[in-house]
Amino acid sequence: MDLARYILRRALLSAFVVMGVTFLVFVVAQVVPSDPAALYAGPRPNAEQIEKARVTLNLDAPLPERFARFAVSMATGDFGVSYKSRRLISQDLRVYLPATLELAVSSTLLALLIGIPAGVATAARQGSWGDRLGSLGSILAVAMPTFFFAMLLQMIFASWLGILPLSGRLSREISISDPLPFITGFNLIDAMLAGRPQVFVDALWHLILPALTLAAYPAGIAMRLTRSAMIDILSRRHITAARALGLPERRILYGHALRNAVGPALTMIGLSFAFALTGSVLVEIIFAWPGLGRYVSDSILSKDFPVIAAATLVVTVCYVLMNLVIDLTQAVVDPRVALK
Amino acid sequence: MTLLEIKALSVTFPSNTGPVQAVRRVDLQIERGSIHGLIGESGCGKTMTGMALLGLAPQGARIAADVFRFDGMDLTTHAASLRGRRIALISQDPAAALNPVLTIGRQMDDVLRTHSAQPKAERRVAAVALLTATGLAGPELLLKRYPHQLSGGMQQRVVIAQALATGADFLIADEPTTALDVTVGAQVLALLRKLVAERGLTVLMITHDMDVVAAVCDRATVLYAGLSVEEGPARAILTHPRHPYAAALLAALPDAVPHGQRLAAIEGRIPSPTQPITGCAFALRCPSVMPVCHEVPPPRRGGSDHGWLCHLDGQAP
Repeated sequence: MDLARYILRRALLSAFVVMGVTFLVFVVAQVVPSDPAALYAGPRPNAEQIEKARVTLNLDAPLPERFARFAVSMATGDFGVSYKSRRLISQDLRVYLPATLELAVSSTLLALLIGIPAGVATAARQGSWGDRLGSLGSILAVAMPTFFFAMLLQMIFASWLGILPLSGRLSREISISDPLPFITGFNLIDAMLAGRPQVFVDALWHLILPALTLAAYPAGIAMRLTRSAMIDILSRRHITAARALGLPERRILYGHALRNAVGPALTMIGLSFAFALTGSVLVEIIFAWPGLGRYVSDSILSKDFPVIAAATLVVTVCYVLMNLVIDLTQAVVDPRVALK
Repeated sequence: MTLLEIKALSVTFPSNTGPVQAVRRVDLQIERGSIHGLIGESGCGKTMTGMALLGLAPQGARIAADVFRFDGMDLTTHAASLRGRRIALISQDPAAALNPVLTIGRQMDDVLRTHSAQPKAERRVAAVALLTATGLAGPELLLKRYPHQLSGGMQQRVVIAQALATGADFLIADEPTTALDVTVGAQVLALLRKLVAERGLTVLMITHDMDVVAAVCDRATVLYAGLSVEEGPARAILTHPRHPYAAALLAALPDAVPHGQRLAAIEGRIPSPTQPITGCAFALRCPSVMPVCHEVPPPRRGGSDHGWLCHLDGQAP
């Protein structure tokens, strides 16, 4: 009951966030010192062309009406047309968003799977050589610039060892001569739906290095957060009590202590997911990954406002959903969260 | 039959400023089926003694003893394997002793699953039986509850049920009633007494509360500054304490002073565990102190049933 009410509360709050961002995006569009009509009208437009664009874009209508139209079209997934390419933005997003989500989700999972167990293991052996080595590793993971880490991985795994592909989402033999049907846009899912295990493996192989690159920073921080929270929890009396009851150390660490300690790391990884959605431009460039980050940064440079607005909203929704998932996980892991 | 025998137990922590002696020299002899009180104020080493018995003394602790035996086994090497199997802990604050994020059912099951190969359904039946045995009503419902949804008394009963779930026959109860209301505490003590009688358990009752000793203990040991200074039948210690410290403890009870008068207090402080003791540990605070007390460690007086460490012949007021 508490849980249901908690989820409802978080969901309502999320809805407010999305509405607020919609409003902000609209307002920002009004104050940006560039004329959308001029941009829409093409290179070096004359006054008549601009006026025509103004009518097409409905820029003459009063502000409230325009906001209403804007909100409704955003809600229905009609993001309009890119000023620059004149393509439907929703069609572009259908391609770029899955690619980015595939990367962001897998890097988030990697960060969880590396950072949290590493934090537990180092906390359990506090002060040992393994602990010190782990701490050094986490500092490196956090401090190393993304592009450098990416190139390091490429050098080791692609150039020297030759076991992982250098870049791209799929091998050329597949993407050119025998492409996957576009179903969801997630290569891993599409390969499964198409019943082509070799393609699935190929997509997975291509995913590893960019996902690892993106995971390094959140994994490093998650490890440090987990470690310090675990050290605190391990000194609590209920852990001594569990030991005194003869419980095996493994179960004490993962079954008892981690549930109390995992909260901060989960929150942090949720935040880093949002960052991975658009902040991964460098990674996308280095690994030739056709994702949202590059799409958005290009549109920013060309002041392609509808694209910026659409991407902002889509990212907001993804982020808010991710946070709901994290909140729900926290409430399941620690029932007291739902009561606060 | 002696279940636990300890002679000259010490727990020392090496430090840069010299050794910290949490426990200096404790003797204990506990008969099977009895409740033995371990009395002392905070910092006297009573909890550390319990932790040493469980093999849970903090890292870096050096444990030494002339005799450190549980049921014929040497605890210096067997503590870890006996812990949670033959020896279990009922800890001080039940709210802190239960994991806040796990249901009672899960926490009971974790203990049962560690100690038996029963299938899950049977473990559930066992958990319900144990919760019932500790006097908890509606145990099936309780299994789904979290600790914060229970009262302190119920939490302590769950902690006791967990200790029973290990199948241990020796329980270390570390101030089991301190965190509870007086009436609830009395119920928990009655429960312990009943369980000892029914299941043939043996209990080491760590406490600072003379009322607890009076209520449940058969025999008791008084600790002062990490030393066991008096040991004997609980009744004898409560009515005719021989060591001046035990006498002072009793005199400090509110009941010992007529209504309206100032409560008696023991002046001064317990010697710090870093401080070496040359004569008697209690010399600085003792009302009957003599010059010899500062120079020479006190001899053991009395018989095998009731003994104490004092330069006086035990006719303390």
